[in-house]
Amino acid sequence: MKNILYRLDLKGSPYLYIAPFFVLFGLFGLFPLVYTAWVSLHDWQLISDTHTFIGLQNYRDLFADDSFWNALRNTGQIWVLSTVPQLIAAIFLAHVLNQRLRAATFWRITALLPNMTSVAAVALIFGQIFGRDYGLVNFVLGLFGAGHIDWQAGTASSQVAISVMIIWRWTGYNSLIYLAAMQAVPKDLYDASALDGATGLQQLTRITIPAIRPTIILTVILSTIGGLQVLAEPLLFGGASPTGGSDRQFQTLSLYLYEVAFSRFDFGYASTAAWAMFGVIVIAAIVNYFFVSRLRRS
Amino acid sequence: MHTARSSAAPRRRFAAVAAPLLAAALLATAACGDGGKNTPAAGGKVDLTIGTFGEFGYKALYDEYMKANPNVKITERITKTEDHHKNLAAHLATNTGAADIESIEEGWVGQFSSQPGKFYNWMDYGGAEIKAQWPEWKWRQGSAATGEVIGLGTDVGGMAMCYRTDEFAAAGLPTNRDEVSKLWPTWEDFITTGQKFEDAVKAGKVKNAHFMDGPAVMYRSILGQQSVGIYDGDKVVVETNPGVKKAWDLTIDAMNKGLSAKIAAWSNDWNAGFAKGTFATLACPSWMMAYIQSQAKDSSGKWDIAAVPGGGGNWGGSFLTLPKQGKHPQEAAALAKWLTAPEQQAKVFRSVGNFPSTVTLYQDPVIKDFKNPFFSNAPVGEIFSKSVTSMVPQYMGPKSGDINTAVINGLTRVEQGKQTPDQSWAQVLKDIKAIM
Repeated sequence: MKNILYRLDLKGSPYLYIAPFFVLFGLFGLFPLVYTAWVSLHDWQLISDTHTFIGLQNYRDLFADDSFWNALRNTGQIWVLSTVPQLIAAIFLAHVLNQRLRAATFWRITALLPNMTSVAAVALIFGQIFGRDYGLVNFVLGLFGAGHIDWQAGTASSQVAISVMIIWRWTGYNSLIYLAAMQAVPKDLYDASALDGATGLQQLTRITIPAIRPTIILTVILSTIGGLQVLAEPLLFGGASPTGGSDRQFQTLSLYLYEVAFSRFDFGYASTAAWAMFGVIVIAAIVNYFFVSRLRRS
Repeated sequence: MHTARSSAAPRRRFAAVAAPLLAAALLATAACGDGGKNTPAAGGKVDLTIGTFGEFGYKALYDEYMKANPNVKITERITKTEDHHKNLAAHLATNTGAADIESIEEGWVGQFSSQPGKFYNWMDYGGAEIKAQWPEWKWRQGSAATGEVIGLGTDVGGMAMCYRTDEFAAAGLPTNRDEVSKLWPTWEDFITTGQKFEDAVKAGKVKNAHFMDGPAVMYRSILGQQSVGIYDGDKVVVETNPGVKKAWDLTIDAMNKGLSAKIAAWSNDWNAGFAKGTFATLACPSWMMAYIQSQAKDSSGKWDIAAVPGGGGNWGGSFLTLPKQGKHPQEAAALAKWLTAPEQQAKVFRSVGNFPSTVTLYQDPVIKDFKNPFFSNAPVGEIFSKSVTSMVPQYMGPKSGDINTAVINGLTRVEQGKQTPDQSWAQVLKDIKAIM
């Protein structure tokens, strides 16, 4: 008897120890995923009781849906517009924070402040800053004699405005991640290069950046995930309209999903869009993976 | 309870970042699903819950009702307008969590009345006897295309034309509200008046102003006056219905003639425009008065209110419904009928200003003699009553809100110079097909 209990403990207990993760993952990760797939195969209006099975029709509709491709394109454009300047700025900011500064902790906390601000507040304030008639940006442009820009109307201008919100919010966050990585770079490398007469910029490009490359890859991956989920910024920039502008010029994938699900109450189609988004994220992850492994080899 | 879903312009002002949270809310709902069910407490007491949004002004009424009906206990759940309706949809979908009485705003009522099976039919709960309280159109809005009545009217918006007397005077137009009303019996006259105003702007008599704000409110007002709107019965008829095209063409005409300040309704520039006088007129329902007052505190006395062109109209207002999940429909129906009865609507108007939907009240001095000092003491009670009683009934279908958004986006594209009116109309029709 004791022997059996002992063996049960040996064989069974480990499963119990890891069970919490799998139970939670099954409940909040796997089940919604599978259920969404099931819903996506139906004509499923949220408040209707009849859900007709229609097979892959939703997917056929989605791939022929201009609004979906438009949203995908916008998401990609906003991602590039926001990530590239953001990561470059973050590296420089981290480089500055890595110098000997008075009240270093204070500056580091300051860098994180924008990230702690509620995204709704950020979007509302930037919405005012980019206002057409009474916005701050147009006011400043006016001082230099430039004409007023209707930020919301244009495709490029609206996406730039949204990217600025994202950049403002996330630059400090990324710079702190870089800073942590930079502090692990051996100091004697800098001392040696200083003896050889290297400038600050040379130290940054020749020593710091190669040394923190894995961290840069990490932030690129993080911002890819974040970039595919941009929702609040375009939603609030468009005055809470889920269409993202009069011509959907700044409607992201998440916003399109939101429009279909919570404005049209069409859960079947929204689930299809959600799975398409999942597919896009998987593709992005695969691209990232090859990118990273090539970088590692080089 | 008013602002809510203006099918003009972004309807989801308050949605904010609620969406990602909704999944969590759904889960929470499933977890504590019986929040809305009434379990008769000890002593045979009936617990009734009522779900509202914004300000219905019912607080004092609950106490009064509970005093008169000691066996009833009322709990009110107040949520933000957007969230309220999205939660209600989720509660109906999951068949759990809805209150005994749920309020629904005009902009959403079509979506819910398309599923009458989810609600008790008021015709089974004495609806026929009290039907005469409401104007025909309000009753129709709370009904399904198949005839079931899901909602009893609470308040209405009515429709009038707010205008800046100082800018009208500068432009050489009359400022007296009766004379101003005579300027525009029709929307064509409204546009003609607007051209006179713009001439004065060009002559430098009025600075930094246009005649109207933007296309959304004008389109919405004209559409509301057509006997057939987006829907004919349960069919979407935008493409073939001359009513919708008329609203579109008139709004395009006004824009082509340069009357518009090109400002999107509910935007920051719109809010600032009230204070700065960027636009001289705005078609306004009764609840817009409070909005203008809050946006342009310093312009008291500069605004006045005249009749809306083209006859009556309405924008906004709500309904009380009884979701079928409720376990005490008899008691809930009695409470909802009492809350929407004329006496109670008058009390609500007095305490929070929601404009009543009861026709008989419009003869009551409470409404009839009500003047608004901010708007140059305009007899707003009388003005809005008139628009409500002359309003034509129009059926609101399940996709009315989304379709109106598509049309208004189309008008905005023309205004932003992105497309010609014809290109834009073609895209509107395409967008509507995608919505269906």
